[in-house]
Amino acid sequence: MAEKNIPMREALRAALREEMIRDERVFVMGQEVGAWDGTHKVTRGFLDEFGARRVRDTPISEMAIAGAAVGAAMAGLRPVAEIMTINFAFLAFDALINHAAKVRYMFDGQFKVPMVVRAATGWGNQATATHSHTPEPIFAHFPGMYLGCPATPADAKGMLKAAIRDDNPVLFTEVIALYPKPGPVPDDPDFVLPIGKGDIKRAGEDVTIVTYGRGVEWSLDAAETLAREGVSCEVIDVRWLRPLDLPLIFQSFKKTNRCVIVEESLPFYSFGSEIAAQLQEHMFDYMDAPIKRVSAMDVPLPYAKEIELMALPDAHKVVAAVKEII
Amino acid sequence: MSDVTKTTLTRAELIEVYHQMVLIRRFEEKCKELYNARKIGGVYLHLYNGQEATGVGAIKALKPTDHVITAYRDHGIAIAKGADVKRLMAEMFGKRTGVSGGKGGSMHLADVNVRMWGGYAIVGGHLPLAAGIALKSKYNDDGEVVLCFIGDGATNNGYFHEALNLSAVWDLPVVWLIENNLYGMGTPVEVSSGQPELHKRAIAYGMKDFGRVDGMDFFAVYEVAQQAVEYARTSGPVLIEAITYRYEGHGVSDRIYMKRVEEMQTFQQRDPLVVMESKLRAMFPDIEPELAQVEPSVAAIVEEAVRFAEESPTPTAEDLTRNVYA
Repeated sequence: MAEKNIPMREALRAALREEMIRDERVFVMGQEVGAWDGTHKVTRGFLDEFGARRVRDTPISEMAIAGAAVGAAMAGLRPVAEIMTINFAFLAFDALINHAAKVRYMFDGQFKVPMVVRAATGWGNQATATHSHTPEPIFAHFPGMYLGCPATPADAKGMLKAAIRDDNPVLFTEVIALYPKPGPVPDDPDFVLPIGKGDIKRAGEDVTIVTYGRGVEWSLDAAETLAREGVSCEVIDVRWLRPLDLPLIFQSFKKTNRCVIVEESLPFYSFGSEIAAQLQEHMFDYMDAPIKRVSAMDVPLPYAKEIELMALPDAHKVVAAVKEII
Repeated sequence: MSDVTKTTLTRAELIEVYHQMVLIRRFEEKCKELYNARKIGGVYLHLYNGQEATGVGAIKALKPTDHVITAYRDHGIAIAKGADVKRLMAEMFGKRTGVSGGKGGSMHLADVNVRMWGGYAIVGGHLPLAAGIALKSKYNDDGEVVLCFIGDGATNNGYFHEALNLSAVWDLPVVWLIENNLYGMGTPVEVSSGQPELHKRAIAYGMKDFGRVDGMDFFAVYEVAQQAVEYARTSGPVLIEAITYRYEGHGVSDRIYMKRVEEMQTFQQRDPLVVMESKLRAMFPDIEPELAQVEPSVAAIVEEAVRFAEESPTPTAEDLTRNVYA
C-alpha cells in the first residue's frame, strides 16, 4: 500500500477526514475548528468540505464542549471534540471524568459513549506555567475512558481512526512539538492501529526504555548515542496510557532486566510511578537494577528559556539515566 | 391560574395523571420509610414529594419519543417518564434487577427504553449532556425534544451558563425547566442569586422566556410546558421556571428548620395532589368513584415493587467489573 511523507498534523487531518467520509455520524466540534481551520490546522478546509452541520464552532466553553460531546455520543452520534490545548481540559475535567468515563458503568451499560476528545499537549517553548502541561497520567487514572498519545505521524493516523471507531470515550492528546514533524503514513483509509497496543520503536538487548509521546524522540536519540558506546536499548512506545500494554513491557523487561521510564510529564504520581510499580509487582524476579525515571522537574514551568530547559527532560538526561543502571 | 376547562386531556388521561402523582407521593413516602429502616442505603435520599405537579405536568407535554434528563432528585421524574416502578425500587435496594443494575442508586436512575436519560449527581453536570442529546435531534432533524430539569441551585454554576448559551447559539430543541423549590440544599435562592427571578436568565442568552409558572398546579405546568415543547421543537431552546416546594430536606436525613415548617404549611395548602383533586371534582362532579380507586391501586403497585426489590438478587462480582467499557 502506498504511503506519503507528511507531518503529524496532516496525518491527523487525513484520519479525521476519512472517518467523516466513512461515517455520517462522525462530526467535529470545538473552538475555532471551522472558519479558523483549527488552531493547529488539523481541521483545515473541513468547513468547506463538510459544512456547518458537521464542523461546529463552539464558544469558549470547555465544560459544555466535553459535556455536549458526552450527550451526543450517548444519543448515537460520534463526536470528535477538540479542546484547543490540554491546559484547558482541566475546565472539562468533571464532564470527562464524572460523565464521559462513568455513565456507561453508572447506568449498567444502558449507554455507549463513542466520543473522542482531541487536545494538544506539551511543555515548553516558553509557554509558561499554565500553558505547559502534559497531564496524561491524571486523565488516565480513571477507569472508563481510554487515553492515547501518538509519537509518529503513522501512529497518529492509525490511533485516531481507532479512537473514532471505538465505542468508548477516548482522550486523544497530540504533542504540539510533533505537529510539524514528517514521517511515512499509509494512504489506506482502513489503516487502524488497535487500541491498547504498544510498539517497539527500536529493538535492543540491554535496557528497556518505556515511554510515549515526545519521550519517544528523546529515547530514540539517546538509544542512538548509547549504541555508539556499545549499549543496546529497546525503546517501547506504549502509545496508549489506558489501556496500557503491560505484556509488551514485561516481555521486553524479561530480556533486558533493566528499565528506564521516560515521560514529558511531572514525576509525582506519574506514568513512571505506575510502570515502576507494575514492574516491581510482577517482574521482581527479573529485576537486575533499580528502575530509573526521567521526567520534567517537580516545578511549574517558568518563562525564561534558560531555566525552563533545565526543568525539562531531553535525550542527555535519558542517556545519563541508562548509564546509572548498566 | 390556568383555565382547566380549556384542557385537551380526556377524563381518563386526567385520572391517569392524578394516579401518577399519587404514585410518586406514595413511592417517596415508602422510600423514606425504607431508608430509615436501613433497607435503602446510600448517603443521601433526595425525595420528590411536593414537586409532583411540576414533573408530571411537564413530562405530560412530551411525546413518548421525546427525551428527559434530570439531576439527583430523580425518582418522580423517572416514574413520570414511564420507567418500571418495580425496577426503580429495586435500584433503591441496590439489586441487580434495578434500572441501573444496582450500580447507580437513588441518584442515578436511567431507563433508556422510555428515553429517561438519567439522574445526575454533579450539580449542573447533566445540562451539557442535555444539549448533546438535543444536538443529535438537530443533527438528524428528527423533531425530538429534550426536557431538562434543573434545580434552582444549578443555575449558579458554570454548567448552566455554558450549556444554555451553547443551546442558544446552536438553536437546540431543549426545554430548560428550572424547578425552583426555593433552596439549594439549605441556602435560599435570594441569598445565592443576584437575580432571584431565575427565568430572567433567558434574556442573557437571547432565549425564549416562558416565565414563571405555579409548579404546584398540574394544569398550569402542563399548559406552559405544551407551548414550550412545541416552541422548542421548531424554534430552539426555551427557559421555564416552576415555583415548587420539597416537603423533605435536601436529603431525607437533613433537618427541617422552624422557618421552613411554617413556609411548608402555606405550600401544603396548595399541595399538588389536593389542587388536582379539587380541580377534577370541579370538572367532573361524578368522578368520586374513580378517585377512590386511586389510592388502593397505588398501594398495590408500591407494595409489589417493594416485594420485587426485596426478592431480587444482589449484584455479583461479575457485575462489579462489567460495563466499565463497551
